[in-house]
Amino acid sequence: MSIADPETEIPPPLGTTSKAGDAVFRGLATASASVILLALAGVAAFLLAQGLPALDGTGAQAYGFDNIWVYVGPLLFGTLLAATIALVFAAPLSLGVALVISHYAPRRVAKGLGWAIDLLAAIPSVIYGLWGIEFLAKQLVPVYMWLEAHLSFIPLFAGPVPTSGRTMMTAGLVLAVMALPIITAICREIFAQTPVMHQEAALALGATRWEMIRLAVFPYGRSGIVSAVLLGLGRALGETMAVALVLSPSIVVSFNLISAEGGDSSSTIAANIALNFGNASGSKIDTLIFTGLVLFVITFAVNFLGRWIAARGVKKG
Amino acid sequence: MTNLSTAPTSSDMAPLQSGHLPRFAPLAVGVLAVAVGVLVGGMALGGGVAGALVLGWLTMIVVLPLWSRVVEGGRKAKDRLVTVGVWSTFGLAMIPLVSLTWTVVSKGYGALTPTFFQNSMQGVLGSGGGIYHALMGTLIVTAVATLISVPIGVLTAVYLVEYGNKNLFSRVITFLVDVMTGIPSIVAGLFAYALFQIFFGPGVKMGFAGSVALSVLMIPTVVRSSEEMLKLVPTDLREAAYALGVPKWRTVVKVVLPTAVAGIVTGVTLAIARVAGETAPLLLTAGLTTSLNFNPFEGRMTTLPVFIYSSIQAPGLYVDEMTSMAWGAALVLVVIVMLLNILARVVGSVFAPKSGR
Repeated sequence: MSIADPETEIPPPLGTTSKAGDAVFRGLATASASVILLALAGVAAFLLAQGLPALDGTGAQAYGFDNIWVYVGPLLFGTLLAATIALVFAAPLSLGVALVISHYAPRRVAKGLGWAIDLLAAIPSVIYGLWGIEFLAKQLVPVYMWLEAHLSFIPLFAGPVPTSGRTMMTAGLVLAVMALPIITAICREIFAQTPVMHQEAALALGATRWEMIRLAVFPYGRSGIVSAVLLGLGRALGETMAVALVLSPSIVVSFNLISAEGGDSSSTIAANIALNFGNASGSKIDTLIFTGLVLFVITFAVNFLGRWIAARGVKKG
Repeated sequence: MTNLSTAPTSSDMAPLQSGHLPRFAPLAVGVLAVAVGVLVGGMALGGGVAGALVLGWLTMIVVLPLWSRVVEGGRKAKDRLVTVGVWSTFGLAMIPLVSLTWTVVSKGYGALTPTFFQNSMQGVLGSGGGIYHALMGTLIVTAVATLISVPIGVLTAVYLVEYGNKNLFSRVITFLVDVMTGIPSIVAGLFAYALFQIFFGPGVKMGFAGSVALSVLMIPTVVRSSEEMLKLVPTDLREAAYALGVPKWRTVVKVVLPTAVAGIVTGVTLAIARVAGETAPLLLTAGLTTSLNFNPFEGRMTTLPVFIYSSIQAPGLYVDEMTSMAWGAALVLVVIVMLLNILARVVGSVFAPKSGR
């Protein structure tokens, strides 16, 4: 279309300047695509420019720690811990829910059920946080009490249990509810794509429904399931508000899941930024931006891995 | 159909078929489970609703596979066990949705008075305040973000589908859109803050910065959904237009985009619903204020999610009043987001293109 044409001398009918129009429109579309390139380069560049000076920050700039890594380390640990709890609960649940929608429920019902799960994804994160502290945390206190009384020899459940129930476990559970719709959505698409021939062959050989799923659906969707879980992990890692509301800020490495408020519970990078940004100024902001950079790199790596596995699975067929 | 086979006698069938549970077996065990749950778990042991649920579920997951194992054998029993298990995961996943909706509606309902929608929080101590300023803030910040994101997003999708031809640049853009989808919302906020800090000095807070942060989150969603929709437009339509001598850009504007418009509107509405509930980036960029501000380029601007967050996190002296206001605002936010979602689906199904699928 863009190749110059000797016949351009003749004015086109209806007075439209088609060649110019094409060039302008193509230019606009290309420019928009370039804006995305610039925006992402901008995110990386600005975070680096503002965050890197914090690398050799000490004292007040590193919130009273010897160097920046002592500050970032525990936060990173907390982020990974919360996301791990979330996935331990969300991954098996999502697999089950996705199976219900793709294979177990009657087709007409399945659509409605899928819609209900999508609603979970639509609820804003701050409302999850609100629900987490005002409802879920209080409901969980008896469970934590029981865990402390019977399993306190495991460091995870050492206690003491706070009366508010605002613990790492609560934060992880709220994150699990938020990661569930994402994992479910992807798994459900993958399960629905399983070749009908494979499934019918399994059933014809006398397999029960569960055996058919284990022999035909899961092997076909394995890479898809892994990438779905990784994308859910990406969401859980970057989630801010739910954790910021549930946990109080602290810079501790603690495996204790059912204690809090006495500085005995880890916090996450995103929540730490949200809680401290309002009071921060000058070089402390650089420090917080640096922690944001760390979070960005990790979520980028996790998402990249997830998409890579998904793409590799597609090529293999 | 003519029936050619002779009916086998019962003695012929016996070795060929194993036992079956009657069709109503799951239902029967379900009724039993409810009865056991309510009578034993709920009343006799005094476990309340939770006790009834747990005991009923235990009855279901133990009795049905056990019965099946006796009558049908191990493999069928395992299948029934998994079926009950899989459905239970769905039930478990519904608990947060139901309980969250119930909590938000029951706690937020009381706060909804006419003054709640008419007043701002300026000079308010204790009761009497409202969320007018936060509603307007959400409206303005989201609208500006939409104005930024939709042209860029749709045009990028047009580039990828109509001009890109899978060349290097378009593959890079597709990859970057994937990366952008995964940016944590708080990092988008940090980006917007770092950007505006360069031009306006440290500590800058304005509605427009919030819109920029939201755009970073919104653009990839818009690109993704628009791209999918443009790909669904049949090539025949484009070729028909070219054959009539219509230039490419007019084909895109007059034929391709109108065909895909319903899907694009659905995608955009869902994107709006998503960013309208974002808190973290706005906390860092648009800030918090008690008074009304209509100018996105000047001064702080409160949005609904930030208002909810700050009412809980820093309630000041009037904890009870602020908490109830937060629930009221949460109810309003949930209703807005749900309405947008329903609207998106209605638009998507009513105005879906007749051809192509």
